[in-house]
Amino acid sequence: MRSVTEVLNPPVVVDQPHGAAAPPSSGDHGHDGGHAEHGPTGILKWLTSTDHKVIGMSYMITSLVMFYLAGIMALLIRLQLTTPHATLLSFNQYNELFTMHGSLMLYLFAGPFAFGGLANYIVPLQIGAPDMAFPRLNALSYWLYLTGSITMLLGFFVAGGAASFGWVAYAPLSGATSSPGIGGDVWIMALVLTGFSAIFTGVNLVATTFYLRAPGMTMFRMPIFTWNMLVTGILILIAFPVLTSALIMLFCDRHFGTHIFTVTGCHLVNGLPTASCGSPLLWQNLFWFFGHPEVYILALPFFGIATEVFPVFARKPVFGYKGMVFATMAIAALSTGVWAHHMFTTGAVLLPFFSFLSLLIAVPTGIKFFNWIGTLWHGQLVFTTAMLFSLGFLFAFLMGGVTGIMLASPPIDFATHDTYFVVAHFHQVLFGTAVLAGFAGLYYWYPKMFGRMLNETLGKWHFWLLFIGFWVTFMPQYVVGLLGMPRRVASYPSNLGWQSYNIVSTVGAFIIGVSFFILLVNFVVSWRNPVPAGNNPWDAHTLEWFTTSPPPHHNYTHLPPIRSERPTWDYNHPDNLTVHHGPSKSPPKEKVPVA
Amino acid sequence: MFLLFLGVFFGIVGTVYWFWSYEDGGTMMLVGTAALGFLPGLYYFFWHKRFGGRKFFFWGRAPGAGDRPSDSDDATIAEGAGVVDSFPSSSIWPFVLGMGAFFTVLALVFGSWLAFLGVPLILTALTGVTAESRRGGHV
Repeated sequence: MRSVTEVLNPPVVVDQPHGAAAPPSSGDHGHDGGHAEHGPTGILKWLTSTDHKVIGMSYMITSLVMFYLAGIMALLIRLQLTTPHATLLSFNQYNELFTMHGSLMLYLFAGPFAFGGLANYIVPLQIGAPDMAFPRLNALSYWLYLTGSITMLLGFFVAGGAASFGWVAYAPLSGATSSPGIGGDVWIMALVLTGFSAIFTGVNLVATTFYLRAPGMTMFRMPIFTWNMLVTGILILIAFPVLTSALIMLFCDRHFGTHIFTVTGCHLVNGLPTASCGSPLLWQNLFWFFGHPEVYILALPFFGIATEVFPVFARKPVFGYKGMVFATMAIAALSTGVWAHHMFTTGAVLLPFFSFLSLLIAVPTGIKFFNWIGTLWHGQLVFTTAMLFSLGFLFAFLMGGVTGIMLASPPIDFATHDTYFVVAHFHQVLFGTAVLAGFAGLYYWYPKMFGRMLNETLGKWHFWLLFIGFWVTFMPQYVVGLLGMPRRVASYPSNLGWQSYNIVSTVGAFIIGVSFFILLVNFVVSWRNPVPAGNNPWDAHTLEWFTTSPPPHHNYTHLPPIRSERPTWDYNHPDNLTVHHGPSKSPPKEKVPVA
Repeated sequence: MFLLFLGVFFGIVGTVYWFWSYEDGGTMMLVGTAALGFLPGLYYFFWHKRFGGRKFFFWGRAPGAGDRPSDSDDATIAEGAGVVDSFPSSSIWPFVLGMGAFFTVLALVFGSWLAFLGVPLILTALTGVTAESRRGGHV
């Protein structure tokens, strides 16, 4: 291995906007070359920082708090369903809890953890950028997200309680007639704030990836995680404005007398709505035009995490790099044309069109699975906690994907719509991605973020309990769904044979709960007894592992030559260079097969 | 090109969808998305072509493909040396703007009195961030 000090000149960053003289381009960088920390410290640093690492960390901490709160709500829901006629929660409390559980998990944890937290922190590092393209916009995104989260939780403290119409807020249930009270209004405004936050983050991700790559970091040398975040950013820009505008329309329906989604109070002729009346079905169209791309906004970042982890712990380059990139693009493109498969049972959508496009998504997803297996094939597998979580993601997402293909078929969807079969399906998809792959990312990049390791033994306990709890929780839900148990019910008849499945599912949920207690213990152990991580504890491949742990302000004092998608590996292993992708005018390199 | 691709893609999907379903709502959303791709895409394409794709592109230099070190397979790190861009180290204004948006949004739910707190915060933050950008100051 060569030492870091031998690398070529780094790009230089200045802190002073406009008119600042360019600092020298070699070792002497003037006032620390812009790499020294500037500005206030302590709480004021947190309030004023525009550093993508501070903002990313803030996003992750906030979203993890939301995750734990939503998890507690899930445990209460499962407790209620353990017995047929439980009275632990009132019907209204139950409705509030499943609404807020879904809202917190989907809007305030899964997405923000990925594109606000991990991507914010990692993407600039992976492409050799000093920060996000628009640092102040990035900070504004976080403050809108935080205030949106607070607004969402405020719902529990207002008269009438929190929103109780489900995380999809179907009209006319979410209208003022069916859901009076300000809980619904608070929910809408929370999502307006977080919606703008997501849009600004999408702008930043796309601009950063296109314009702030280091010399030599061509598009097809970007790590797959960065590729996936670029595509996710584009999807955010397509999907979130639709949701945000639909929410504003819903608010107008509730308060300003418009009839966009409601027919209540509008002019009727012979008891039938006229053209001046709204359409409840329009809400479903708008919501799912956001909602299905949103599924992939939540999935693609986590696909990217797994694609980072597998090669590192298989000691191989990623198999089928370009196939992965094009599969990601194909998934994103198709995801925008399948929204109405959530509306098959309305009878108002074109079944073959949406069924065909939904089934078609299995092709690029299958390519990804093929490439993940190809990456692992004949690799020297190292079963770290991050690797275990990523492998767990493979199995979990496969099950969710297979049942997704089933649900893309209208006859099966008709039979299982609004049953626990669907609940099990989307939990396996989203838990498999956002939780299993998400925590793979946390274990993988934690040493880079904090300069210290998480305890691997505790991590493996976390994984195995989580993995077992995951299957124990959701497999019975498929069965009880096929037996006919509808979703969103707080009690059920005792003579239908559903209770035993619900008991098993509740036990599984509590196993998951224990696993996340172990994660908290792991954080405490890491904090109190730090084990230094070094720059590259995993002998990883991508650029972020070249800099210090944690990285300095503006990320890099030096950069290695970038000649493949594995610059850090190439630098540290000059006798085992990555096979080059794409045409190059540079002298041919020795291509040594990697182990 | 990326924006134009989005426009073409959604245009094709929208056309197929219309002639298959004759359904208004979905077609409008697909056509609307295509338009949102075409509008900025054609705008950028026009300016790109007008300046030969190499001079000034909106507000900065628009290099041809491969001109930028980040798009070159053979670029050395030294080629990127110099000023990358200007990055503010810290700024209080995003926080102030966020709080202003928070109170203003809550005013729609809890009462307009909150707007008296939120709107001034927004105006102050917008003024502050503009002035900060002009003079290059930091907190």
